[in-house]
Amino acid sequence: MATTTAPGRLIGSSVRRREDPRFITGKGQYTDDITLPGTTYASFVRSPYAHARITAIDADAARALPGVRAVFTGKDLADGGVNAIPTGWLLPDLRTTDRRAIAIDRARYVGEAVAVVIADTPAGAADAAELVRVDYEELPAVASAMEALRPGAPLVHDDVPGNLCFQWALGDAERTDAAIRGAATVVRHRIVNQRLIPVAIEPRASLASHNAATDELTLWVTSQNPHVHRLIMGAFVLGIPEHKFRVISPDVGGGFGSKIFIYPEEVVVAWATRRIGAPVKWTAERRESFMTDAHGRDHVSDVEMAFDAGGRIVALRVSTVANLGAHLSLFAPAIPTYLYGTLLSGVYEIPAIHVSVRGVLTHTTPVDAYRGAGRPEACYLLERTMDVAARRLGADPAELRRRNFIPPERFPYQTAVALVYDSGNYVPALARALEMVGYDRLRAEQAEGRTRGRYLGIGISCYIEACGLAPSQVVGSLGAQAGLWESATVRVHPTGKVTVFTGSHSHGQGHETTFAQLVADELGVTLDDVEVVHGDTGRVPFGMGTYGSRSGAVGGTAIHMSLEKIREKGKRLAAHLLEAAPEDMEFAGGKFFVKGSPDRARSFAEVSLAAYLAHSMPAGMEPGLDATSFYDPANFTFPFGTHIAVVEVDVDTGRTTVLRYVAVDDVGNVINPMIVEGQLHGGVAQGTAQALWEGAVYDESGQLLTGSLMDYGVPKADMLPSYETDRTVTPSPVNPLGIKGAGEAGTIASTPAVANAVIDALAPFGITHIDIPLTPARVWQAVRDAKGRS
Amino acid sequence: MTRIALTVNGTRHEHQVEPRTLLVHHLRDTLALTGTHVGCDTSQCGACTVLLDGRPVKSCTVFAVQADGGEVTTIEGLARDGRLHPLQEGFWQAHGLQCGFCTPGMIMAAYGLLRDTPNPTEEEIRAGLDGNLCRCTGYHNIVKAVQLAAAAMGVPADRAALSGGGQDAASTSSPATAATR
Repeated sequence: MATTTAPGRLIGSSVRRREDPRFITGKGQYTDDITLPGTTYASFVRSPYAHARITAIDADAARALPGVRAVFTGKDLADGGVNAIPTGWLLPDLRTTDRRAIAIDRARYVGEAVAVVIADTPAGAADAAELVRVDYEELPAVASAMEALRPGAPLVHDDVPGNLCFQWALGDAERTDAAIRGAATVVRHRIVNQRLIPVAIEPRASLASHNAATDELTLWVTSQNPHVHRLIMGAFVLGIPEHKFRVISPDVGGGFGSKIFIYPEEVVVAWATRRIGAPVKWTAERRESFMTDAHGRDHVSDVEMAFDAGGRIVALRVSTVANLGAHLSLFAPAIPTYLYGTLLSGVYEIPAIHVSVRGVLTHTTPVDAYRGAGRPEACYLLERTMDVAARRLGADPAELRRRNFIPPERFPYQTAVALVYDSGNYVPALARALEMVGYDRLRAEQAEGRTRGRYLGIGISCYIEACGLAPSQVVGSLGAQAGLWESATVRVHPTGKVTVFTGSHSHGQGHETTFAQLVADELGVTLDDVEVVHGDTGRVPFGMGTYGSRSGAVGGTAIHMSLEKIREKGKRLAAHLLEAAPEDMEFAGGKFFVKGSPDRARSFAEVSLAAYLAHSMPAGMEPGLDATSFYDPANFTFPFGTHIAVVEVDVDTGRTTVLRYVAVDDVGNVINPMIVEGQLHGGVAQGTAQALWEGAVYDESGQLLTGSLMDYGVPKADMLPSYETDRTVTPSPVNPLGIKGAGEAGTIASTPAVANAVIDALAPFGITHIDIPLTPARVWQAVRDAKGRS
Repeated sequence: MTRIALTVNGTRHEHQVEPRTLLVHHLRDTLALTGTHVGCDTSQCGACTVLLDGRPVKSCTVFAVQADGGEVTTIEGLARDGRLHPLQEGFWQAHGLQCGFCTPGMIMAAYGLLRDTPNPTEEEIRAGLDGNLCRCTGYHNIVKAVQLAAAAMGVPADRAALSGGGQDAASTSSPATAATR
């Protein structure tokens, strides 16, 4: 593997990453690494109560501290023209919330900002923040969505009766009801998908600077989508015209969804820099990340899955209560609805599905997209239920799944919940995973182990995910306040070197490598000849950013479209230079040549120079060689696969050890297998962590009990195994690259695989379900209860 | 304010610091060595790991004044004469990083691990790095990176190029010499 490989051989090869030299030498530039002359620092005063009336704020002592520049409250911001932070996805009859960057009269979750101090040093700001005296009148709070729905529950927002933000449903209720009534077997259970906290290792940060000479505001921010930040903050929150507002997301240390959204702190620094006439920086402490980064998941679902006498699913009915937190975060309404309910067919042929969702406000941190965003909730629900059903029906869990797969000849497949799957072939991935893990031998080993008190578990998960949410017209009709296309400009310089400006954003995904592979192959240049620019609204024309596993399928295709335009223009120009007909030209190996006469050729660099010299051009051709494309996909793409976890449970302590993890994924065509595998590994770790360790816990008063890395179970190296991976390849017909997407697959698949494995291990105790995370305490308790029953 | 002298990556620095200043803030804010990161406030994540007198420490848990007179190596000081350290090569080669934020601390922790255990098993690598969190890689390729580095550091320089990763750099230098040069 080398940085430079022969042209035409890069797509599909594990080129090592071009961004890595800066990261492994400490030269990466993350937002907190940037300090401008005269930078001041913000520190937030945060509510210690989940729900309280703010009756007075006395900042005199803070203001008197040397080095303190200003103290601002929510009222100061409102008086200064700062509007509420809007919601970016509007469902019918959605009740939105008035979310202020700094609370004005009521705090609605622990950690909500109630004032900000700006001082010359970070320590000075923190010192002064401690001196701000806030008088709170504590009010009753509710942290659980189920509790918040009860009559008489404390209201989070007075104008949202019953704390019910929305009710949403999808599917054919009557048909589903009839199918369930007529079914041979109905599996019913309630399952909880617990709240998670993202924990990107880089805490959120922002730095704002206003240039009084040009009136341009520049914001460096840990964002997955800087153009979206600029649009929403500029147009809706701050009232700053976009041409005077530049947003830069430099190196970003992981996002997992949590860095999509517009957060209060970046609004405050962007507003305050102009007020105090100096750059303002804020960097989250980890405890602030726990309290204020948008959380994920948090569903309680009642599930009914109905089977005919042959073990085929005839219907699925799901009723879900989704906890949205204290305010509607940017895309919060879309996650437990369109990104969840639409995935409830999974990889199965289910003739009738009905799902209803209630979105509920509570006095907790706002909830929004977290890696997978709705799709892991759907997959966990289905795959956990499939295992419960297999036990009930006396079927092997692999066989029950196989029996219900959508057969390959049914694609494109219309599900009962609105989606049309692009392509799929599910049996080979399952078969390969079973073969890799040695399924039959493992079952024998499991049976043998049980005779001597060794509890092995085997958990299967057959997942589907939906990537590249699209097309814009459809998502617009469903309530999205944004289009979901992507843009790319490819600029060829006179020397034949290439700069790509992509609207996708890399925060670990390796776009500087994968997109360069695409360009180098398609233009016949070396990787070293290609620069990939992202994350700067001042350089990239526009972009929707990176989330939902969309960058390869959507961002990559936009680049591909621009490359086609470049090649087309190059052909016409080369034909002119060679006095040949354009239709006789070919482009290969970095040369434009006349078909059948490879010697009559112009190199890519020669044609590039000719385009800029413009000394001899075909009639009507403009000089220069660059192209911009906007790609709006016709559909989502649908990666799939089978993951199998093998665990051993110590029933005396409740402790689970993951012995093996096998993943067979089909993400369509792949540009860089090493990078795709790496993303799957990380996803598997995160999903495994949801199954076994992670979970946000609030007490009844709304205090976040898992507010630090000492209390929240982010996995360490010695808690996880190495992964055994393979792929099948079913190209997507949706985009010309055949890419499906890979960023979230591991997270989606692994939670049910691991949970199913643990519960499979506990089958001898008659345990059919335990809610995740399957911590030692929960497993031990379940085993103890089961022993007590028997 | 207290005057301290530190040798950082071979260069001596003297500065006045507040007694409460953490070593990591001194490195980042005063010496502008921003390769060392801060990922938490409870000494869990390890992103701030540097070498102090050749041993990995979490620099968010050391006051700058405690390091007075000491020798500090940060990620910026690990490459030598323009050549990457085998750990840096290993992380690059094995795709041991994605967002890169935990990487400097992870590499410095792995440095300490290989100093004590030059030829670690997978289990020893996993245990040795359990003070450092990575959210991107699931640790799979970090383990491989450390294995590659251990292999490269364990063979003489003239054979290092044959070891598969092309890690011909610095393979004859022991961790201790690199830490204290």
